[in-house]
Amino acid sequence: MEQIIFACTFLITLILLGFTFMRLRAFFKLCKPLKYDGKLKERLSLTARVAFGQTKILRKPIIGFLHALVFWGFLVITIGSIEMVIDGLFGLNRSLAFSGIGYDIITASGDIFSLIVLLGVFIFLLRRLFLKIRRFSGVELKPKNKLDANIALSFIILLMVSLIGMNTFDILLHKEALAGTYPISSSLAAWINHHNNTSILFHFFWWLHIVLIFAFANYLPYSKHFHVFMSIPNVFFSNLNPLTFLPAMPEVSKEVKLMLSGDAFQEPSDSAPSRFGVKDIEDITQNNYLDSLTCTQCGRCTEVCPANITGKLLSPRKIFVDVRNRMLEKGPFLNKAPKYDDHKALIGDYISHEELWACTTCNACAQECPLNISHPNLIMDMRRYLVLEEGQAPEELNVMFANIENNGAPWKFSPEDRLDWTQY
Amino acid sequence: MPQIDVPVMADEISKGQQPEYLYWVGCAGAFDKRYQKVSRSFAKILNETKVSYAVLGKEETCTGDPAKRAGNEMLFQMQAMQVIETLKTYDVKKILCTCPHCFNILKNEYPELGGQFEVIHYSTFLQSLLDTGTIQIKKEVFKNKRITFHDPCYLGRGNGIYDAPRKVIDAIDIDYTEMKRAKSFSLCCGAGGAQMFKEAEKGDKEVYMERTEDVLASGADIVATACPFCMTMLSDGIKYANKEEKLVNMDLAELIATNMDL
Repeated sequence: MEQIIFACTFLITLILLGFTFMRLRAFFKLCKPLKYDGKLKERLSLTARVAFGQTKILRKPIIGFLHALVFWGFLVITIGSIEMVIDGLFGLNRSLAFSGIGYDIITASGDIFSLIVLLGVFIFLLRRLFLKIRRFSGVELKPKNKLDANIALSFIILLMVSLIGMNTFDILLHKEALAGTYPISSSLAAWINHHNNTSILFHFFWWLHIVLIFAFANYLPYSKHFHVFMSIPNVFFSNLNPLTFLPAMPEVSKEVKLMLSGDAFQEPSDSAPSRFGVKDIEDITQNNYLDSLTCTQCGRCTEVCPANITGKLLSPRKIFVDVRNRMLEKGPFLNKAPKYDDHKALIGDYISHEELWACTTCNACAQECPLNISHPNLIMDMRRYLVLEEGQAPEELNVMFANIENNGAPWKFSPEDRLDWTQY
Repeated sequence: MPQIDVPVMADEISKGQQPEYLYWVGCAGAFDKRYQKVSRSFAKILNETKVSYAVLGKEETCTGDPAKRAGNEMLFQMQAMQVIETLKTYDVKKILCTCPHCFNILKNEYPELGGQFEVIHYSTFLQSLLDTGTIQIKKEVFKNKRITFHDPCYLGRGNGIYDAPRKVIDAIDIDYTEMKRAKSFSLCCGAGGAQMFKEAEKGDKEVYMERTEDVLASGADIVATACPFCMTMLSDGIKYANKEEKLVNMDLAELIATNMDL
């Protein structure tokens, strides 16, 4: 009976996740193709360092180390979760116990990590609730974003409490017969020593834990906490180039070649791109959308942004919060009608020109992002739209363009004077 | 009017010489009154150490970087095509840059458009000249002074060059101090991404003032820079903070040239 209930619960979880997956896949299809250079080895190494090694979050050593512990804890604890699914489906208990000493290592580290994760996340929650940390606020963070953060952290706290509870009562229930080693839970069990309802409580915590996992997994894709799933793929597909590398626009290269070859009036043979640069959600790449789903709104980017520090409107975090929200708004309609137009756009209705022109491309944001999100290049793609499609650059920049065109320098100096500096 | 002898590529080629390096002076190097001194210092060092080099002179034109960062990809690519053609005409293999923005675009973004060159930032080049003993420090001009270095974004975070400028400073007898925000944590001067050519957006402070405060907090007498835009911004910051008597902004090339007694 318990097996059937479990199978049904598991099936519902998978169906819901499948539904979410299809929805996201449809959103991804609206974007321009994923940029992938085939550098598998470098990308695996990058993923090992940045995602698994947590190198970038450790740039803030104390809180970063706490996060790294939580992340590594999740990795170990996930093995236990997989075991629980096998147990639940086949009516077993501790189905991975056959692995002997390996099982002791997994259970012992999982048990220790469950306490570490519990304490770590508890500190994160207290910090959010009671400390005033500048990067946890900003125009882009509405009350619902803050609630989302607190719900996600509370979920994890309950997950860890139920896990420790489950292990503790499993020890009390099965005593020496129980496979595995549990340093934390066994101390707790020794302290409780005897309980009349060990079997009921063990089942209660077992079910609570697995149902929380299923619920959490389905909550995540709709939460800023989606990075639990997205961080590893996002780092894998992230920028391998020097931070200040801004790729050229191949569609512009074609036009420039035509102009230089003197065939300016010749129509380009293949279809011209629908739009230069990024105006709205359908112009972004899948990498940009992946970035937006990965953003945990931690604000490390905004905290170091020179424009933001000095009171300008730009907040790099907001760019990706806006991208994700805009996709939620327009994506479903675009999927039904590819020509759908709600007379709104990412630029203008979400992101102002003022924000875009405040960026110094210093890349402090990209340097700081623990998951290698690339803010400046998306900002540049939006500037490209403003300039190439709308001709809407600040006036001083139009003067600079004219100077380059006429004199080959951004200032109004004659090329004839290029050697004046040698005389003084 | 005193003059430095700077070899020009077209002349060298017509004399049948192929200089080893092209010194890419950059627009600020050619036209910015303050930064022209940096170009002169670097050229003097190149002359003194007998490096085989030449400049393009009147044939040099903007790399297109400010246009590209301001969204004008069309203008950038037109400039880039023109530059690549000139460089190929003279069979240029190695390029020396003082400006980190020119350095970044020539090194990282020209290859996509067909321009493959070995591009070297002058901080790295000066370091190698010091390492090999080619540069001889003759005077201890800055003894008993304190210095700090401001990392240009396009050099440090952009291209991972943090040590070379510090080693160059280390070669002169001077007390070095690091700012609170340094290396990959460094704060921008506020001029990158074409900001140099426009007014800043509305805010409650100028970025260069925020950075000047870091410099002042370090207690240094000299702030060294390695970028023409950083130089403009920090010099302005020092001026507006009324600290011109306590703090000066010098470029790496100026520090070395002064200590070489050039």
